[in-house]
Amino acid sequence: MKILYFAWLRSRTGMAHEEVAPPAEITTVGALMEWLAGRHPGFAEAMAAPGVIRAAVNQDYAQPEDPVRPGDEVAFFPPVTGG
Amino acid sequence: MIRVQEAPFDVGAELAALSAGRTDIGAIASFVGLVRDHAGAQATLAMTLEHYPGMTEKKLAEIEAEARARWPLQASLIVHRYGRMLPGEPIVLVATASPHRSAALEACAFLIDWLKTEAPFWKLEETRDDAGAGARWVEARETDERAAARWRR
Repeated sequence: MKILYFAWLRSRTGMAHEEVAPPAEITTVGALMEWLAGRHPGFAEAMAAPGVIRAAVNQDYAQPEDPVRPGDEVAFFPPVTGG
Repeated sequence: MIRVQEAPFDVGAELAALSAGRTDIGAIASFVGLVRDHAGAQATLAMTLEHYPGMTEKKLAEIEAEARARWPLQASLIVHRYGRMLPGEPIVLVATASPHRSAALEACAFLIDWLKTEAPFWKLEETRDDAGAGARWVEARETDERAAARWRR
């Protein structure tokens, strides 16, 4: 599974992307976030404030209850500020 | 048409191209977003736009398709830049063409409002004030969320 981090989440995790193989019981975006929080203290810190982290699975916005599977591209980022 | 690019663009040339060779278009509406030289009491020195290559193009194409489903548009264009820009430089251009003004104006407002809350771009602002220079990520504004919400069905 490919994980991408953008904007200040990239600074907090210290990386733009990483390849991970979470355990089989990690099947949702929310569970994946909890698991990633265990690997990156900066990610855990950002997660503590509700609604700060947005997620996308295979380049579509996703909610915590949405599924993730091996091979997915999962991105985490703060609310968008383009335009 | 959508374009995501690092290079600056010429607003006049882009708008002229939208109706080039056509005589059926009666109205073109456009919105241009520029880098401002201030953010509150701080001076803005530069703005860097980061984006999510792939998802950006996908979301912009979806937003454009939604506009074309809702309004009778003859042409539409979204150009959004990424990378480092200086005050006065254009960041984004949205343009819509239709036989009459109301569809063009409404669709143009819809496109920029939705783009602001849906397209995966993030602004890093380089600022300077009495305390010195620094860089900070621009925070999302609730007013942008409200502006987008008025188009929700």
